[in-house]
Amino acid sequence: MEKGTRKTVLRLALSAVLMFVAVFTIMPPLYTLLCEVTGLRKVGGAYEAEEIKVDAERWVNVQFVATHNDAMPWEFRPMTYKVKVNPGQKTVIKYFAKNNTDRPMVAQAVPSITPFSAVNYFHKIECFCFNHQPLEGGESAELGLEFVVDQDLPKQVTTITLSYTLFDITEQAKPGLAQLN
Amino acid sequence: MAHGPAKGLTRWLYTTNHKDIGSMYLWFSFAMFFLGGIFALVIRAELFEPGLQIVQPEFFNQMTTMHGLVMVFGAVMPAFVGLANWMVPMMIGAPDMALPRMNNLSFWILPFAFAMLASTLFMEGGGPNFGWTFYAPLSTTYAPPSVTFFIFAIHIMGASSIMGAINIIATILNMRAPGMTLMKMPLFVWTWLITAYLLIAVMPVLAGAVTMMLMDIHFGTSFFDAAGGGDPVLFQHVFWFFGHPEVYIMILPAFGVVSAIIPTFARKPLFGYSSMVYATAAIAILSFMVWAHHMFTVGLPFIGEWVFMIATMAIAVPTGVKVFNWVTTMYKGALTFETPMLFSIAFVILFTIGGFSGLMLAIAPADFQYHDTYFVVAHFHYVLVPGAIFSITAAVYYWLPKWCGRMYDEVLGKTHFWLAFIGLNLTFFPMHFSGLAGMPRRIPDYNPLFANWNMLSSVGAFLFGAAQVLFLYIVIRAIVSGRKATDQVWEGAHGLEWTVPSPAPYHTFTTPPKVD
Repeated sequence: MEKGTRKTVLRLALSAVLMFVAVFTIMPPLYTLLCEVTGLRKVGGAYEAEEIKVDAERWVNVQFVATHNDAMPWEFRPMTYKVKVNPGQKTVIKYFAKNNTDRPMVAQAVPSITPFSAVNYFHKIECFCFNHQPLEGGESAELGLEFVVDQDLPKQVTTITLSYTLFDITEQAKPGLAQLN
Repeated sequence: MAHGPAKGLTRWLYTTNHKDIGSMYLWFSFAMFFLGGIFALVIRAELFEPGLQIVQPEFFNQMTTMHGLVMVFGAVMPAFVGLANWMVPMMIGAPDMALPRMNNLSFWILPFAFAMLASTLFMEGGGPNFGWTFYAPLSTTYAPPSVTFFIFAIHIMGASSIMGAINIIATILNMRAPGMTLMKMPLFVWTWLITAYLLIAVMPVLAGAVTMMLMDIHFGTSFFDAAGGGDPVLFQHVFWFFGHPEVYIMILPAFGVVSAIIPTFARKPLFGYSSMVYATAAIAILSFMVWAHHMFTVGLPFIGEWVFMIATMAIAVPTGVKVFNWVTTMYKGALTFETPMLFSIAFVILFTIGGFSGLMLAIAPADFQYHDTYFVVAHFHYVLVPGAIFSITAAVYYWLPKWCGRMYDEVLGKTHFWLAFIGLNLTFFPMHFSGLAGMPRRIPDYNPLFANWNMLSSVGAFLFGAAQVLFLYIVIRAIVSGRKATDQVWEGAHGLEWTVPSPAPYHTFTTPPKVD
């Protein structure tokens, strides 16, 4: 093979390999980073309640949804499906969870809020999604959620839907499970 | 040096000759074109009327998936690689490709990849049924067991494409005849050079995407599984980062073909050669900045929708330059309308229609209405069928006399053109209307509201299919008993490939020609 050709081929082959490696090593972390920068993954951590005036003039519907990730065998549902609240007013609702298996399991709820424009104006003061949820086989629990809707919620938003997906994290949370026992 | 081809089957197995390998690529893609066409006709037969008549929904999904995969990776891409193998060395005055042995390998792994892909249809659980875009989790959590074979088939195709691309770049950069400067190269060579760079940039991304799927399915990772901290939307980003340059991989060589044919039959040099080169490069660069326009509805931030919308629309500028140049080349030319020219003119008109529907889809707020409807199907078939397929057909008619030394039958060729032209428009134009009316993609049954448009589409599809059978007959007839072609073949043809005898000898340009 001629020298110039060999150089071209080596350079091209190396670029192909680098692109392949970049798919695993650069793309997923970059994607996560972008999601965080743009606030796409922001579903809210704990909110320090401050004194805000309740806007009694305005009513906002808040709906609650529960879904299971594919293989999650628990029973999981909101005990209240819908509430009407004033912005600024603290509200507490409960979800119900029951471990239908006969072995101890740990679950994690992951929240999602629609519409996207409401994400920054829905504050969770206390939420079961901040913690792991360990339950013995057959045990059930009521999971509390305290939230407040911000007064600056954009005017066009009249309904906010809060969805929780329940994931089985028993494998990942083995140490926590040992404490439970 | 004047030794001819070897005899028997081993000639084809062991050959390192760019013309033999080019022919094998072309015949292979022709076979895949018919296989993908049969899948398409199963789809159109089922959609002839509302309701389920012929196939079950599960099988219908496998047909839409396999049709797309076979046409993209089996028909269009190998056909262009075949054309590159035949024409690039002859156009730049090189004796062969730079890496002949690898050339043989990159062809011969393809039949195995497609045999593996096609065999999934007979496996338990059926073949891939998640669409040619194989979005996770449809292709991971909910995929049939045969998905692993699909992944390996994609790996092999990717390896073949990367080797082919490396070979083409190495040939063009290192083996040009003395005096053949970059800006003297025919546009087909230029477009393939740029396409080959696109292939090297994105085929590894496709390989990475299917490898991540493989690991999610079998090795417990969760790149695309939300339960393990992954994200299915990441799959769509990775896929379309490959997928959008991929659609230009399928169209840039077509631009090159048409830029060779139109000047020949207009008997004028190509208008704006250097602007064509820069426009091609601009399209290639922009193709990396627009991928998320396939995902306007996944929930991108507003700024993302805006940026991808503007970048997408910007592609219309270099594309407009090209269309302008082709039209201006024809303007006041001494035009004749042989079959390759008919296909090329149809290319310019119909590809532009496909470009316009692409602009409509690029408008992010409007796209929410069009997304995943038959309007999208109409759009990409208008750019791929009269774009890629018509240009490949035109190239075959144009260069076939040089390949086999015999002319095709002009009357039959024109008949083929008109049947294909009518069939194509009858198939895909009504899809614009059914799509705007809201008919979703990839469904075996539909609202009777869309029945008339679908019946027209199905009639057109069978007409188009019949036209391609005629094409096969025309090609075989020309090879077997066509009238002898002259060396120049076409009165207005210029370029090194027309200076060698017809048919082109087994070895050409063993001593480099002088280009001035």
